[in-house]
Amino acid sequence: MFDSFDPLKGKMLRILDERGKVLKAGQKWMPELSDEELVDGYRAMVRARVADERAVSYQRQGRIFTLPTNIGQEASAVGTIKALRPDDWMVQSYRELGGVLAKGGTVKNHLAYFSGSETGSVHPGNPRLLPLSVPITSQVTHAAGIGHSIVYRGGDEVAITFFGDGGTSQGDFNEGLNWAAVYKCPVIFVCNNNQYAISLGRAAQTGSETLAQKAVAFGMPGMIVDGNDYLAVVAATRAAAEHGRAGKGPVLLEMYTYRMGAHTTSDDPSIYRSKEEEESWLAKDPLIRMKAFMVERKLWDEDKEEALRKEMGAECDEAMREVENMDPTPVEDIFRYQYESMPPELERQMQDYKAFLAWKESR
Amino acid sequence: MPAMNLVQAINNALEIKLREDEDILLFGEDAGLEGGVFRVTQGLQAKFGERRVFDTPLSESVLLGAGLGMAVTGLRPIVEIQFSGFMYPAMNQLVTHVSRMRNRSRGVFTVPMTIRMPYGGGIRALELHSESMEAIYGHVPGLKVVIPSCPYDAKGLLISAIESNDPVLFMEPKKIYRSFRQDVPEEAYRVPLGKASVTRQGEDLTLVAYGAMMRVASKAVEQAAKEGTDVELIDLRTIYPLDRETVLDSVRKTGRLMVLHEGPKTFGVAAELISIVNEEAMEYLEAPPQRVCGFDTIMPLPMGEDHYMPTPERVLYAIEKMKAFAE
Repeated sequence: MFDSFDPLKGKMLRILDERGKVLKAGQKWMPELSDEELVDGYRAMVRARVADERAVSYQRQGRIFTLPTNIGQEASAVGTIKALRPDDWMVQSYRELGGVLAKGGTVKNHLAYFSGSETGSVHPGNPRLLPLSVPITSQVTHAAGIGHSIVYRGGDEVAITFFGDGGTSQGDFNEGLNWAAVYKCPVIFVCNNNQYAISLGRAAQTGSETLAQKAVAFGMPGMIVDGNDYLAVVAATRAAAEHGRAGKGPVLLEMYTYRMGAHTTSDDPSIYRSKEEEESWLAKDPLIRMKAFMVERKLWDEDKEEALRKEMGAECDEAMREVENMDPTPVEDIFRYQYESMPPELERQMQDYKAFLAWKESR
Repeated sequence: MPAMNLVQAINNALEIKLREDEDILLFGEDAGLEGGVFRVTQGLQAKFGERRVFDTPLSESVLLGAGLGMAVTGLRPIVEIQFSGFMYPAMNQLVTHVSRMRNRSRGVFTVPMTIRMPYGGGIRALELHSESMEAIYGHVPGLKVVIPSCPYDAKGLLISAIESNDPVLFMEPKKIYRSFRQDVPEEAYRVPLGKASVTRQGEDLTLVAYGAMMRVASKAVEQAAKEGTDVELIDLRTIYPLDRETVLDSVRKTGRLMVLHEGPKTFGVAAELISIVNEEAMEYLEAPPQRVCGFDTIMPLPMGEDHYMPTPERVLYAIEKMKAFAE
């Protein structure tokens, strides 16, 4: 597949057009997916969309803190993870909610994190999903190390990691991709080119014509994928995973997409982009085209859509209530996880603080 | 029992652990084939193969980042940073991930990684090859920071560091890599992290040092004894967690505290120790504590280095000032 989409020529893998019709040129790359898998994938995208929409509204109501949303990028987040196995590793940045949920994460833990609890960094059952990573692109090196470990142990898992268009300017992008290429680590580097790094547009970020072409210099395949096309994302990720599992090393996938929401709930995109531009991307919404594709195949209809959104909304509201009923972080938890066993100095600081709390209580 | 210098003792500890545990990988810039620029890992690649002991691209950030990735999957990486002055490109990984992953993930993901790096002055080196910046790392929650001063301790501390399930920064005093030999048992043994050692009993004054400065301290203490001052010498061995009890016990006995280190004076290890003594044992103090340290300057290049590096004479000078206060 990678030979057919030379990033230096700006070729892009697309299977569906914006109305959900299979493109003639895309037919060849159509991934094998059962009806159940198609429905499952679409449901996962809607789940992420609803969770984001609810979270923004909770934030506006002052019930959770600032958070970034995945809106508009669900195909990339969900399609990648759905194309992989449960024993593969996901190394997230912070804008892949759909993938986090597909990997086994819960809306409750997601909301717990953005309510200020570290307990939300991990998820029930401990899926192979690293916690959210704030420093831009630093997590790419972790995926390289996980890939290295897989090679060392002779496993056939892969690691997948996510970062943005702006992230390609970071030093760790270079160091992480280079390491993975040198040691042929099975890593799928997913660059979600959503056209913005907070306020800075893609064109101002790099002199490269495309982001995928950066792969060429590292000595790995790179491909541009229509990141709003769920089927293209699945097909590309499967090809990249196969590449990695066969011992051929890493792949860079540039998911061409659009951050339909703000950078975070604290951001105001009207400062740096036009309404017209935003509207032009509405029609390219990954959910719209996948839905049309499903409806056409009689796998989906408006009743199902409505029922699903209702179900997901209720799930979110329930999760939000549970998070709001959580106790504040216990004092012990602030100290307990610094080291395997608490050094005497930390123990002393904790006891001093508890003595203060007791004094405060007694006044 | 064979006599080993610091390099040999460290190499021996690495070999023991590599032999014992297949989950341990050792890597760094030139750390494989060449055995590192100081030859500390010499022969290990030949013994354990290129999968276990390997050279890496010139990229410190991914050294720690990839190490973290390996660690969360259950491997136990030993990473060499060629000089402590080259750690800075990797500071982001060290401070934002390596030291935080256990806490961030509520203990689900841990980073049992040992990061070795030579530090310190007195070797007539280029810029950024001589600093002693341990205080920076002591300030980072989630890290342990260890500095041995002799071959015996280096081996035992390094084995403890490698076996620790927390990330440990193991700073090697390169000035004394080959300065002297000590009897070092061939088999594995452990020197616990977080425990200082009283290397000389004394009654008049407590001197705390670590790393290469222990040699300076010992010389000063010998001379002080001849001049009538009986110094108790403590080798701190671990910067974090600090062994405050050993220092406090000693100060309660001697009534005087002096701390010696190469790193800059302000916000240094000495400042922390003096604070602890002020908090816990001020009533025992018979004189203001003294610090003999590097300056708050950039480490000078070799033609100015001798001004910067603390010497036995500077310790003796400080002892004299302390005694003058008592009289």
